[in-house]
Amino acid sequence: MQNINPRDDSYQSFRQSLEKNASDDIVEKLIGIILFACALVSVFTTFGIVLIIFKEAFGFFQKVSFAQFFLDTKWTPLFAEQHFGVWPLINGTLLTTAIAMAVAIPLGLSSAIYLSEYAQPKVAAILRPAVELLAGIPTVVYGYFALLFVTPLLRNVLPLELFNALSAGLMMGVMITPTVGSISLDAIQAVPRSLREGAYALGITKLESIFRVVLPAALSGIIASIILGISRAVGETMTVVIAAGQQPKLTINFAESVETMTAYMAQISGGDSPRGSLNFQTLYAVGALLFLITLALNIISYWVANRFKEKYD
Amino acid sequence: MATTYQRDDYLDSTAEFTDNIEKRETLGKVFEILFLIGLLIGLFVLALLLFDIFRDGLARFLSPGFLTETPSRFPDEGGIRPAIISSIILGIVVIVVTVPIGVGAALYLEEYAPRNWWTAIIEINISNLAGVPSIVYGLLGLGVFNYLLGFGPALISGALTLSLLSLPVIIVTAREAIRAVPNSLRYASYGLGATKWKTISSHVIPYAIPGILTGVIISISRAIGDAASLIVVGAVGFLTFNPGLFQRFMALPIQIYSYITRPEPGFANAAAATIIALLLLILALNGVAIYIRQRFTIH
Repeated sequence: MQNINPRDDSYQSFRQSLEKNASDDIVEKLIGIILFACALVSVFTTFGIVLIIFKEAFGFFQKVSFAQFFLDTKWTPLFAEQHFGVWPLINGTLLTTAIAMAVAIPLGLSSAIYLSEYAQPKVAAILRPAVELLAGIPTVVYGYFALLFVTPLLRNVLPLELFNALSAGLMMGVMITPTVGSISLDAIQAVPRSLREGAYALGITKLESIFRVVLPAALSGIIASIILGISRAVGETMTVVIAAGQQPKLTINFAESVETMTAYMAQISGGDSPRGSLNFQTLYAVGALLFLITLALNIISYWVANRFKEKYD
Repeated sequence: MATTYQRDDYLDSTAEFTDNIEKRETLGKVFEILFLIGLLIGLFVLALLLFDIFRDGLARFLSPGFLTETPSRFPDEGGIRPAIISSIILGIVVIVVTVPIGVGAALYLEEYAPRNWWTAIIEINISNLAGVPSIVYGLLGLGVFNYLLGFGPALISGALTLSLLSLPVIIVTAREAIRAVPNSLRYASYGLGATKWKTISSHVIPYAIPGILTGVIISISRAIGDAASLIVVGAVGFLTFNPGLFQRFMALPIQIYSYITRPEPGFANAAAATIIALLLLILALNGVAIYIRQRFTIH
């Protein structure tokens, strides 16, 4: 080790660099503040959504009572005789969502189980991204396929209307399969090997270990994935706008044309309702309801995933 | 080995226990095949969808002028140039806006944020925003960019709306990439006297870039394919000029939607041809991402 000589050149440059670091401190603080501001953008986004939606929705509910909105059974804001009962829209959303989940839950779960428990790791490494491609296809493409391929195909065997809840729901289910599958797969893979091996040691078969040990242990993740899938289906717009039609009605007949909350919003946006008009405000009233429903589902999903998470450490 | 089970000894467990192992293994095989079928149905639909779209649209896609002309009232004429240019500008603006803000937010949450209730609120908030439907972002964009800032139904309003839509995904994936950077790298940098920002800019970010890029591409692909929010913001279904930032605009998914809703049969082919263009654009984006990822991955 050299002794440090204050008059030495290398000491001088060392001191200079220290002083430079000290002056950098202001820069350091500034960068911290800038990065904090970036994180704040997301908070402002939420505030923006809540403020704008509920401000306009408030304007709507000054003209139309809560009772009309939630008790009337007709939704005809664009007709001469206006009704503002939101149930037909909720009905359309529930019907298409139910069909979608009837597809997405079995497909998603069996994909997850197969990839985790049966497939060779090399095969799974190819199949998993292939299944996830389904989530990367733009939803307007699913709408096209539902309207122009699935509906004509199904009309050979079922008396479907040209626009119907079934085709839209089926394609939405395929679209949501990776959402259910991916999160379930993560939950299933998080179940420790020792649990499976313990079960095998007791003389259980592979299938029995899946149904008695693995799935129960991964249940919180699976339920969370299903709730998240429902939230996706409720908020999905293009598939239902294109393939399910624009007729708000109360029905559980999947062969008929229905209108979802999102489809109504797209319909009223396409028209030119002047700002501040009642029609314009229905957009925000329905939007507020949609926002609250998906928010509740997301929070429940988050809560379930954390609340029932088994700790294996 | 003959084993007898006394029901009375193990009431619950033996009641459902059967030692017919062949039958149980056969059932196991049956279910293995069922699970595989469940997996393959999704892939089959994907293949069928792509086949159907190429069958419907390839001829129109390859017809002269489809990519370079403006739309026409007749299904077999004109092209989708304004939609392509709109989508590309939208994508560029989204990247320019979201990458710095998204990576900045991720860096703050991973490297700077104290573990307190305020940080927890920001985190929960971001995961909630990732689940907000695209059409609700449209309502936000309509209120803030069209009316509050006065841009009207212009391309910039659509681009900023898509940026807000993309941010949560970018933040979440960038955080994961930053979290995966080993602490030993940071300590080594601090040990050499580097400041916090120097450590981040010269060690953490270069190491995390492949992961960050993956998130950027996933969310840009989603933004380019999104139509619902743009419908609310005011994209038009028919445009005869290349849009500027402050002009009326469209996008490839909007062009597809607009073609689908026209009654004449030829428009379905035009829609399928536009879908091919959109899928190729998304594919190209992913190709670029994979290339950059391999180029910059630090081994």
